[in-house]
Amino acid sequence: MKRSGIYFWTGAALFLGAALLMTQVIGNQYPFFAGYVILQFIVLAVAWSILGGYAGYVNFGTAAFFGMGVYTAVFLFKAFGAPLPVQIAAAAAVGALMGFALGLLTLRMQGIFFSIATIAATIIIETAITNWRYVGGAAGIQLQRPAVTAPFDNYVEMLFFVQAMLVVLAVAVSRYIQRSWMGRGLQALKDDELAAECTGVPTLRLKLMACVISGALLCAAGAPAAMYLQYADPASAFNLNYSVSTLAMSLIGGTAHWAGPVIGAIVLGTTQQLLTVTISSEVNVLVLGVMLVLFVVAAPEGIIGLVRKIRRKRNEGEG
Amino acid sequence: MFSFELLLDAVVIGVLLGCFYAAVSIGLSISFGLLDVPHVAHPAFLVLASYGVYFLNEHYGVDPLLAGLLITPLFFLFGLLAYRLYYETFEKRGSDAGVRGIAFFFGIAFIIEVLIILQFGVDQRSVTADYVGQSWRLGDMRIPFRLVVAFVVAVALTILLTLYLSRTFMGRAIRAVAQDQEALRLMGANPIRIKQWAFGIATAVLGIAGALLIIVAPVEPTLDRTYIGRTFCVVVMAGLGSMSGTLVAAIILGVAETIVLTLFGASWAPAISFAMLLGVLAVRPQGLFGRRS
Repeated sequence: MKRSGIYFWTGAALFLGAALLMTQVIGNQYPFFAGYVILQFIVLAVAWSILGGYAGYVNFGTAAFFGMGVYTAVFLFKAFGAPLPVQIAAAAAVGALMGFALGLLTLRMQGIFFSIATIAATIIIETAITNWRYVGGAAGIQLQRPAVTAPFDNYVEMLFFVQAMLVVLAVAVSRYIQRSWMGRGLQALKDDELAAECTGVPTLRLKLMACVISGALLCAAGAPAAMYLQYADPASAFNLNYSVSTLAMSLIGGTAHWAGPVIGAIVLGTTQQLLTVTISSEVNVLVLGVMLVLFVVAAPEGIIGLVRKIRRKRNEGEG
Repeated sequence: MFSFELLLDAVVIGVLLGCFYAAVSIGLSISFGLLDVPHVAHPAFLVLASYGVYFLNEHYGVDPLLAGLLITPLFFLFGLLAYRLYYETFEKRGSDAGVRGIAFFFGIAFIIEVLIILQFGVDQRSVTADYVGQSWRLGDMRIPFRLVVAFVVAVALTILLTLYLSRTFMGRAIRAVAQDQEALRLMGANPIRIKQWAFGIATAVLGIAGALLIIVAPVEPTLDRTYIGRTFCVVVMAGLGSMSGTLVAAIILGVAETIVLTLFGASWAPAISFAMLLGVLAVRPQGLFGRRS
């Protein structure tokens, strides 16, 4: 294993260890409530940028995947009382299928048409769920959490740890893709799809793989949200805010490197949590909009791009 | 339950509603259809115009349509400014304008939404005028007056814009810039100023369209999200940039919506425009009256 790989996995192990330790030591519930949301956005942003960042297909349907994750969990829980791991695994499978369909969509449309089509798909799925009585319809559905398993003494703490594991999984997958032949292929098709196809890059296979992986992770991230809120309704599960937040986090962090979405999600997620508590949730949407516009206008490569630029300048100064 | 009268009713209302959809989409038909600006904030601008009309109507008792006319110059300037900002940050640099352009307009849309909420609250708002509550009886059919008003204004607006784009010097220049910007530059014209002017007009039209929106039904700050589907559906189905196509496509959408509403109920209505949009994109991306094939 290369040295960077050792660093990465040590970091991941330390992160999981710290998360586990937090659940055992901290008695206050609030850090887990807030932390869960931030971790969830890290997974969403990292998963989104596998397709949106590496391949350059801007998916506005994050909410569709997230919401389907929520409702897969709701359905399995209501119908069979399925345990949490089954809910997440099933959601990932549903997400992979949806991702495959999305991948087929990329055959016919690109650019803004692809983005609009993903918004359209979101609303159509939301409407279908709204009209499905079994899972609560438009009014939503209440869920009773089952008993918590050891070593956790609280359900939210357990969800926090589960989401932390999903973060490690998503980041590891994204990092692997970026460094393997897949990442280079996706980069090539982002720059010029026709040229990539002509030089023998299997663009369709790559796009399908990126869509399936991205979709599975997006959906899996949504599954625990049903138990987290103990409630699900279509209007909030499929809210456009998820799509725009995820996109904003990836763009703010920078999509050229796997760490970009992680940084973006931590920065924006933490800011939003603080604002929701101290001011109001409306202001938090305002900040989302302002930060999105500011970064897109002033720092198109995101935080990662800014850091690289500063480093390059420093190197030139020394040289 | 289902009868011929019911269907006829749905079709008549649908045509009227469709003309209203044409009025709210025609600005996008210019900005996205002709100028290729990924203007997802178009519906947010529209709702903003409605709140402007609401403000004038509520505080000064101005007639909604007159109020719409009054804010039109303001929106024209707003459009000029918005295009300038978009041009300086994206089109001029040229790189990757698609992705960041959409993100930029989504950010703008969110900012407008929240500013409206902070100023007016989340409640539904409507206007008062003589013609808002009335309806018109035609045999067994009841046709709401507000839809007739929207219909007349929408048709007038479409005809005026079609004439403007085909008969006036500036209108022809706008269509020329949509066809070949470089050729225009070689002729010694400044394509950016023409595009800025066109974007100004596309935004100015929203003043009237916003008035129609709040006349037809009460508005709320997040209403723009539903209208992303309707407006883009109409513009894409029309074939980018075709004014008469916009009217036809909007009528098709209006009729489809009212028929589904009659047959299956209101809870399926939001999906209609998006499903049609998806269908058109998948089957015939150049639209029904497309300029590119």
